[in-house]
Amino acid sequence: MSIGSRPTLKIMKYELRDVGRSRWLIAYTLFFAIVTDALLRFGGGGKALVSLASVTLFIIPLVALVFGTVFLDNARDFIELLLAQPITRRQLYTGLYLGLSLPLAAAFVAGVTVPFALHRAADPTLRASLAALLATGVTLTFVFTAFAFVISAWSEDRLRRMGTAIAVWLFLAVLYDGLVLVLVMLFGDYPIERPMLAVMVANPVDLARVLLLLQLDMSALMGYTGAAFQQFFSGGKGIAIASLALAFWVAAPILLGLRSFRKRDF
Amino acid sequence: MISITGLAKRYGANEVLSGLDLEIARGRVTAIVGPNGTGKTTLIKAILGLVHPDAGTIAVDGVRVGDDCAYRARIGYMPQIPRFPQNLTGAELLAMLHDMRGGRAMPGAEAADEQLVERFQLATQLGKPVRTLSGGTQQKLNAVMAFLFSPGLLILDEPTAGLDPASSGVFKDKILADRDAGRTFVLSSHFMNELEELADDVVFLHEGKVRYHGALAELMRNTRQANLGRAISYLMMKGAA
Repeated sequence: MSIGSRPTLKIMKYELRDVGRSRWLIAYTLFFAIVTDALLRFGGGGKALVSLASVTLFIIPLVALVFGTVFLDNARDFIELLLAQPITRRQLYTGLYLGLSLPLAAAFVAGVTVPFALHRAADPTLRASLAALLATGVTLTFVFTAFAFVISAWSEDRLRRMGTAIAVWLFLAVLYDGLVLVLVMLFGDYPIERPMLAVMVANPVDLARVLLLLQLDMSALMGYTGAAFQQFFSGGKGIAIASLALAFWVAAPILLGLRSFRKRDF
Repeated sequence: MISITGLAKRYGANEVLSGLDLEIARGRVTAIVGPNGTGKTTLIKAILGLVHPDAGTIAVDGVRVGDDCAYRARIGYMPQIPRFPQNLTGAELLAMLHDMRGGRAMPGAEAADEQLVERFQLATQLGKPVRTLSGGTQQKLNAVMAFLFSPGLLILDEPTAGLDPASSGVFKDKILADRDAGRTFVLSSHFMNELEELADDVVFLHEGKVRYHGALAELMRNTRQANLGRAISYLMMKGAA
C-alpha cells in the first residue's frame, strides 16, 4: 500500500527533482567518474575494480550519512509543511527515503559505469565482478541513507546530529576492522572463527566487503574479517549467509527509520 | 471547530503544555498570544498532528486528531518562515501540493484560490528556483500555499513576519475577507497591533495553560487598557500576583 500509493510517488517525484539538481550530487557523480577513469587509465579493468571496491566501501557510507543528514536538516521545515497535508507519516517517509537514496545510488552507478563503457573495459570476464561492485554500492547506499533518517530523529541539536553521523561512519568504515585485528591478536590462540563470523555480520560495511571478496574472488582485498570469512566459507553457503545478513541490514535501518519518523515531534 | 481537552506535552524536564482545555469557534479569527516558550507553537503543531501530545485529546470538526490524516485536507497551514527545497521553483512547489491533494480537493472549491498570487504580484517569481527568491517573497509563497485549497480552517504562525507593509496589508485584507466568508483562523503573532486589527477572540497562554479566553472587545473593556499589548501585560502582571 505505502510504496505504490499516490502521495508517496508524488513526494518522490519532486524530491528526485530537488536532489537531482543539487550541486553535491553532481560532484558525487563526477568523483566516481574521475576516480574510475583514472584507475582504468593506470591499470587494467581487474585492478581498477579492486581499488574501486575499497573506495566504494569507504566513500559510500560517508556520503550517504553526511548528505542524508544535511539534506534532512535542510528539509525539516518542508517536512513539517508536508506533514500538515492529508498524508500519513509512512507515506511521507517512504517518499523521502526513496527520493534521497535513489539519486545517490544512481549517481554512483552512473559514475562508475560510464568510464567503464568509454574505456570499453568491461570485457565479459569482468562483467559479473562489475555488477557485484555496483550491487554492493547500491546496497550500502540504501543502508546508510536509512541510518541518516535514524540519526536525524536522534537529537534536536544540529551539530550533534552531524557528529553522530561522522562517528557512525568512523566506527563502521574505519575503526571496526582495526578493532577486529586487535581481537584476533589477543585471542589468536583460541578457535575464534565462529565469534569472528558474528563480529563480521554485526557491521554492514564488513559484510559488504566480504560479499565483494567472495564474489570477485579477490583474496587480496583488504580486511582481516574478510580473510577469516573466506577461509571459513568458500562457495555458495558463505555468499548465501552474507546476503541474508545484508538483507537484514537493509531492512532493519529502514524500519528503524520509519519507527523514529512516526514517533518524532516536528 | 476545534475542541481541546487536557492537552499535555513535555520535552524532557520542560513542561510546555500542562492540561490545556480550549474551544475554538468557527468563523472567527482566534489569536493565540503569550510570552515566548509558553507553548503557542506546540499547541498549533499538536492540532496539525506534528507533535504527539503526552495526554489529552484534540478534535477538529469532531474528528479526533491522530486517528486519520484526512482531516488535514480541510486545513491550510502557514508555518513560521519555512525553508523550502532550494532547487525547486515556486510553481513546482504549488504543483506538488496540487498533486498531493489531487484526489482530496475541498468540496465546493472547484478552482484553486490563487488570488494571493495576483495580489502579491508573484506570477513572474514563480518560475525561479526558491533559493534565488528573497525572504519576503518566500513568505508570500508560504501564504499562497496555505490559502491554495480554500480550506475551512487556516492556521497561521507569525504570518506577516518578513512581509513589507504593503504586502502585509494585502494579506490582512485577505484574512478578514475570508473570515467574513465563513472561514476559521487560528493566528499566532508577536505583533500586538496586528492582532488587534485581525482578532475576534484572544487566547492568552501562560505556563502551558489557557489564562484568558474571550472576545477581544471584552478583554479591552475588562482590562481598561489602551491597546492589546498593554492588556496582555496587565493579564501577565495579574497572573504573577
